[in-house]
Amino acid sequence: MVNLGVDEIVKYPFLTEAGQYLQDKGFTLEQFGTDSDLKKIVDSAFERITIAADGKIYKSDTDTTSNLPMEVFSFLLAVILLKLTGMNTLIRRFSLAEARRAEHFLEKDLMDHTDQTKEQLALKIMRDLFSLNINKSSDDFSIPISDYLKHSINFHEREWKIINRKVSDGNVFLTSHETVRLVRKELDRHITSKINSSSIPPMLEGFEDYVDKLKSLARKFEVHIIESTEYPPCIKHAIEVLEKGENLPHSGRFLLGTYLLGKGQTVEQIAPLFKNAPDYNEKVTLYQLNHLAGKSGLTKYACPSCEKVKSQDLCFATEECDNIINPTQFGRKTTVNAR
Amino acid sequence: MQDKDIKFLEESFKQFYFEHFDLIHVPENPNQREFGYQKFNVGMKRHISLKTDKDLHLLLMQNTPSDVYCSNARYSFPNLPMSEKDWQNADLIFDIDIKDLNLDGRNEHCCIKCSNCSEISPLMPNCPKCESNKFSTIALTCKLCIKAVKEEVRKLNEILINDLSIDKNDVKIFFSGNEGFHLHVNSTSYQNLGSKERAELTDYIMFRGMIPETLGFKKFNPEKSSFPDFDEPGWRGRVAKQLYVTKSKKSGSIKQIISSGYTDFQQRLEKIKGQIGIKIDPNVTVDIHRIFRLPGSINSKSGLAKVLVDDLEKFDPYTDACLFNDEKISLRVNCPISFTLKNKNFGPYNNEITTVPKFVAIYMICKGIASLS
Repeated sequence: MVNLGVDEIVKYPFLTEAGQYLQDKGFTLEQFGTDSDLKKIVDSAFERITIAADGKIYKSDTDTTSNLPMEVFSFLLAVILLKLTGMNTLIRRFSLAEARRAEHFLEKDLMDHTDQTKEQLALKIMRDLFSLNINKSSDDFSIPISDYLKHSINFHEREWKIINRKVSDGNVFLTSHETVRLVRKELDRHITSKINSSSIPPMLEGFEDYVDKLKSLARKFEVHIIESTEYPPCIKHAIEVLEKGENLPHSGRFLLGTYLLGKGQTVEQIAPLFKNAPDYNEKVTLYQLNHLAGKSGLTKYACPSCEKVKSQDLCFATEECDNIINPTQFGRKTTVNAR
Repeated sequence: MQDKDIKFLEESFKQFYFEHFDLIHVPENPNQREFGYQKFNVGMKRHISLKTDKDLHLLLMQNTPSDVYCSNARYSFPNLPMSEKDWQNADLIFDIDIKDLNLDGRNEHCCIKCSNCSEISPLMPNCPKCESNKFSTIALTCKLCIKAVKEEVRKLNEILINDLSIDKNDVKIFFSGNEGFHLHVNSTSYQNLGSKERAELTDYIMFRGMIPETLGFKKFNPEKSSFPDFDEPGWRGRVAKQLYVTKSKKSGSIKQIISSGYTDFQQRLEKIKGQIGIKIDPNVTVDIHRIFRLPGSINSKSGLAKVLVDDLEKFDPYTDACLFNDEKISLRVNCPISFTLKNKNFGPYNNEITTVPKFVAIYMICKGIASLS
């Protein structure tokens, strides 16, 4: 990456190495736990995490130059606190909130016609960190189809399907907002990996209270899952087709096999379902189910998404489907302690 | 298939390859490809590595395969088991087959072979001899179907070149050797795509999943101005042509679309999908570990060859891919419909012994409607 000014690090703090940055500024981690003058920075880091846990985006004070280092420290110390706490639910929420925060700056910088440096930095971040080669012509953005596909497959919403995009001459055309939105998941993952890979001792003096508070905060987000044993309509349909002795297309068999395997059934339990298929062959059925279960190769196949099932004309959604994105989620009710 | 027929086909294929080594070659980067082959009535043998045309020709002579395949993927170690091959990239491949076009006239050149008693009869729901409803459908030659499938290939080629910006020289069109065409795309921009990305690309090509908003129809307060223009690139333009028919009818068509409502338009798009979506076999394109029929090889489903098509318009598979000679062969044939090869009509045959040129004999044995007498 390029050398960044403090105002740029404030916007994109995940580009720095936490420990190294603090060291460069003449601090040790231990100082933050023991020095009462630095405590307010840890407080600010703690607040940054709680805001993210609440699903909101931390608002930086980027207007006051003197406050800029504080903004960077609060991110870096939040990373330290999260690593010490080790609660994935908080790490996930924080990473997503910070990704969304950075999105806001990236979008602004990409559209900044007054400052070429800002635009160039945003383009460089997109290219170096997310392999996204953006062509910009005034306010229009286009990216090569192959780059687009590598990112858009993370989305379940139909508007991200390439069929729902303007495509011409090998490029996909997007707004600045969409361009940046395209990398949210990778940005989120990047921040998560920054937290998980930060190398710090198991506990630091003076951080214990913060860690305890964060652990109890995390417990509020524990998810309880109640699953019904009823099959989703697409699976019911697939079973009905087979029971009638009609031909279920390959994609339907794949759906049924992967769904039932995913629900913990064994190959031997599933195989008899295919007995009525017009082209039933026990050996082939067992071979294929074993293949789906990952016993004959390197891949264990997962149940396809509802989007995929829909595109294969195998979706028979009912109200009970309740906007699930994968048939395996059917009948799953989640309750969260908080909110 | 009877042993004597298998022996005849194996000898014929072997002789053909021996006399036409110039027609069958290893593809680019052969040392990174996985090869495989099948013998008649025997399963697939794959994970084979071949480096030169000579290796390939030796395989053809030693193993007398019924079908020969080669991966579209490149691997570091193509002959190791799948989990150890170390996948590098894969050419984009497409398969367009007559059977996926659901053409009205297809039934006229199809017959059925009962899985229970092997009786061959015209297309019907049950075997007339034993009443079984388990049978395989045998499709014979049809120029109209080939014309329709060629049109599909032309449309696909247009999307690859215009929408995906693939150089036309990087798209190679092959007749599959039976009832369709294969397109091989050798373009570095798309070689690294994984299976999921290719699935998205197939949805694009097949026109699957388009929402009304993409065509400017918002759920609330749709505006006429956001509907596509007739000459727009990509699907918006193609749909516009389908919806408006002519430029002058644009305004009236949009007015009618808006007044019929969002749900109606959604349903209309579903219908359009069947008309303008390209009918590729999506399973072929998303499979990045597939071994695909090798160009120049004989397809044992028909005895025709998978051959490169230079001029799609003029190409006649029943002549240009029918490469066996006309040595006279005597066989017993049961074929209730007629077919055309090398511009000559053959059949119908009512379970009778007849003498036909070798290219016809091989075609009929491969189709399962004849046996050496």
